[in-house]
Amino acid sequence: MTALASAPSAGATLDVAKIRADFPILSRTVRDDKPLVYLDSGATSQRPRQVLDAERTFLETSNAAVHRGAHALSEEATDAYESARERIAAFVGADVDEVVFTKNATEAINLVAYGMSNASVGDGVDAAAERFRLGPGDEVVTTEMEHHANLVPWQELCRRTGATLRWFSVTKDGRLDLENDPITERTKVVAFTHQSNVLGTVPPVEELVRRARAVGAYTVLDACQSVPHAPVDLHALGVDFAAFSGHKMLGPSGIGVLYGRRELLEALPPFLTGGSMIETVRMEGSTYAPPPARFEAGVPMTSQAIGLGAAVDYLNLIGMDAVKAHENELTGAALLKLQDLPGVSIIGPRSTEARGGAVAFEIEGIHPHDASQVLDDSGIAVRVGHHCAWPLHRAFGVQSSIRASFHVYNTLEEVDALVAGVRRAQEFFGVAP
Amino acid sequence: MKLDSMYQEIILDHYRNPHGRGLRDPFEAEVHHVNPTCGDEVTVRVHLTGGEGRDAKVEDLSYDALGCSISQAATSVAHDLLVGHTVGEAFETLEAYQAMVQSRGKVEPDEDVLDDAVAFAGVAAYPARVKCALLGWLAFKDAVAQAQASQAQASAQTGGTA
Repeated sequence: MTALASAPSAGATLDVAKIRADFPILSRTVRDDKPLVYLDSGATSQRPRQVLDAERTFLETSNAAVHRGAHALSEEATDAYESARERIAAFVGADVDEVVFTKNATEAINLVAYGMSNASVGDGVDAAAERFRLGPGDEVVTTEMEHHANLVPWQELCRRTGATLRWFSVTKDGRLDLENDPITERTKVVAFTHQSNVLGTVPPVEELVRRARAVGAYTVLDACQSVPHAPVDLHALGVDFAAFSGHKMLGPSGIGVLYGRRELLEALPPFLTGGSMIETVRMEGSTYAPPPARFEAGVPMTSQAIGLGAAVDYLNLIGMDAVKAHENELTGAALLKLQDLPGVSIIGPRSTEARGGAVAFEIEGIHPHDASQVLDDSGIAVRVGHHCAWPLHRAFGVQSSIRASFHVYNTLEEVDALVAGVRRAQEFFGVAP
Repeated sequence: MKLDSMYQEIILDHYRNPHGRGLRDPFEAEVHHVNPTCGDEVTVRVHLTGGEGRDAKVEDLSYDALGCSISQAATSVAHDLLVGHTVGEAFETLEAYQAMVQSRGKVEPDEDVLDDAVAFAGVAAYPARVKCALLGWLAFKDAVAQAQASQAQASAQTGGTA
């Protein structure tokens, strides 16, 4: 089973008006008093009052550096920080010591790549780290649909270690080409997305995990676009590592999460070193704390962790099945209505099957930048460009695209506003069919 | 409406019928510039004749571009305004243009210097689009610098025979 593809719970309907009331920013107007239509949650989502309040309350009552000092505030801050970790871990089906806080998902993926890199230098760090050693002849596999954050760190790891990068291609309909499988006995790492940030495609995680395991390769899942939008159980998926970010799941920016199977985090060498992550320090050398502390050097972000904990509480209250069902409805409507417009073509799967709520498209005769300017003038926020997935755009023979992406606070009326905005852009540039 | 002030007819005309488009010979330097946020790209060639430094004449600015209407039209206007002038004059126009589009609307454009390029004043209200308006112009500046650097190097190697 794919955790993402599980059927939405029957009758899961949302009181979207009530939800929207929790997000102060959604009631503002832009560009000469037009109501904001925010369709860029794939880039960053908005935050409910509950998240903002949790951060403020923490800062006004318990702020202190965590895991140091023995005074009352330090204890309260540490408790709040670790409580957030527990709730976030439970949210993705992980154990508490398998969750490492990072600056963002990009840092989380780099942490794994640099940990492997450190295991590959000279004599390595210790015997336990040997399992992560990479060198010439070894291969790292990724996919053509990755965000740059799950591609460039692997390119760099290969450059540093002499390993070779291979990748799955993307089919014309926006799926991974599983027929031409680059995974071989030489593969040491298979890094792939749980949901394309451009196409919305959800690759078959279990199948990829099965193929990676069959050759003893580690799997690294970019879960940035899945965890915020659907129930995800990382233990059930069986991946070795996963990364996601706070600001895409109604939480703060400045915090991301690395998940790693306990056994692997215990063996992976540290990435950033310094305070908080040590066990003993002598002039001759140091030993390191067990994970997750080993990977959290320095004073960590605290109010952001508390804010992300509050975001998880908020999502749990709504229920991730309901979030998924709602976004599925919006995605289905957007796909249907955009495809109905002459001159508009969807990039990626055209049905909601194994697909999430990112809808990328092109308008014939209008550059995406120009189209977004007209949409913006109508109060509609979408993303344009290559969305940090340049190779994917190249594979589709386009330079850039327009992307609408949804979250739990979006409405069917906003989908209609998008469609009307696209029509207006076609009229403005004189390409209306 | 701001949208109309940005997409003035003159800009849309240049976009639909770009002036001087296509890469031509001869040229002394060719540069390729990319806007990494959107992937827009431009290749610019310059052909300089006579004089040195700011006294050289911009004989041709030829280009090939992939991009939005603003970046395409801006490069087309650059071709119109810069070709036939000395490098010194061209750089003065470029500086005035750059100051205008980066001003957030605070610089009143000088139509005598900027001619058709004043149409891009509306872009200044949209910081995210300033890079589009500058892509081809800054590629031109880079190409001139490269052309003159390689000419200086060549003349140093041949003993500076004029």
